[in-house]
Amino acid sequence: MNSNLLNYVLQLADNGLIYGHRLSEWCGHGPILEVDMALSNIALDSIGAARSFYQYAASIEGNGKTEDSYPYLREVTDFKNALILELPNGGFADTIARSFFFDAFQFHFYTALCHSTDKQIAGIAEKSLKEVTYHLRFSSEWVIRLGDGTEESKQKIQAAIENIWTYPGELFEPSVEEKALMLEGIAPDITLLKSSWNDTVARTLEEATLQFPMSKADAWHHSGGKKGIHTEYLGFILAEMQHLQRVYPGCEW
Amino acid sequence: MVNKQTMHTEEDIWRILENVCDPEVPVLTIQDLGIIRKIKMQDSHSIEITITPTYSGCPAMNTISTQIRMELAAHGFTHITILEELSPAWTTDWMTEKGKEKLSAFGITPPQYTTKNNPREWDAIIPCPRCYSTKTELISQFGSTACKALYKCLDCLEPFDYFKCH
Repeated sequence: MNSNLLNYVLQLADNGLIYGHRLSEWCGHGPILEVDMALSNIALDSIGAARSFYQYAASIEGNGKTEDSYPYLREVTDFKNALILELPNGGFADTIARSFFFDAFQFHFYTALCHSTDKQIAGIAEKSLKEVTYHLRFSSEWVIRLGDGTEESKQKIQAAIENIWTYPGELFEPSVEEKALMLEGIAPDITLLKSSWNDTVARTLEEATLQFPMSKADAWHHSGGKKGIHTEYLGFILAEMQHLQRVYPGCEW
Repeated sequence: MVNKQTMHTEEDIWRILENVCDPEVPVLTIQDLGIIRKIKMQDSHSIEITITPTYSGCPAMNTISTQIRMELAAHGFTHITILEELSPAWTTDWMTEKGKEKLSAFGITPPQYTTKNNPREWDAIIPCPRCYSTKTELISQFGSTACKALYKCLDCLEPFDYFKCH
């Protein structure tokens, strides 16, 4: 078994699951019906991609593992998602700021991942890229609408962006396992994606008439997700998500 | 009566699978959608069907797989394997013309473009499925299911679903 590959595939899966889970919390709480549906749709795409990665992980690991073993039966420290994804949703502007930063990353990342030498990973990336393109358009449009909207909406999205700017840096930091896979052409070199991400983010923020010192994003950032060092928030997500499987092991419906 | 298991041809299988519809858009068969990629028959009892998922998280895919199994089981197959193929990724370019006509009659505007010539949303002309007016506006990229966007007709004022060009 290629343990670097398993680790990497789980990292991609966990990002999709935790992001999708957070967005799904908006279901029934969106500010308007259309936004409610959009966030739920994006959550579904994201969890769908996670599922494909978990299925692949199970096939790599064997040993009786299934796609459900990973989300439901691992501990907090086994999860490898980026910290930005587990942060609480906050207000609508906070969710949009997070989505915008992450969607912009996913767009450039999946574009590169389509060229992975691992056919299964490339296939999932090719499929997801089409969906992520809608996600990025949705979150970018909302950043612009809020930024170039009323005084209050502008102040809220500006604050949201400033609150979260120390998180996206982690997305461009490869793990040890990832570095090994980069040499084999399985994982793209994410450090190279930073400048395209900067351009995408800067262009939208400018259109939204928002201030964002891009240089600040390089100064210092939180990290640890890929190594399983998480914020306190992930535990609460898992407590809710895993409750049923922990109390009634193997329960199905 | 002679109980003889006749060997189905691949053509028969395509015809049998015409009975499987999309649970969310029941006027469309899975063939209209272009979901079936390959059919491989080992013998009169064993068959392998390769399908491609439409959207990653589409809940209809599980139901579709189950329906394929049931349909094939009813025709004497006991070993049914369903494989998922992700690449090339599913596209609405594979939707049949018949499927598009059925969608339109059902009140959902079918994809108006191919992925190659799909214009930016403000240049796209998406006609209303009820009054055929082309004066329509996008309300949301995300409609009642992942594959649809929500539009509104500015002439008859009805909201409607557009099956996105994907």
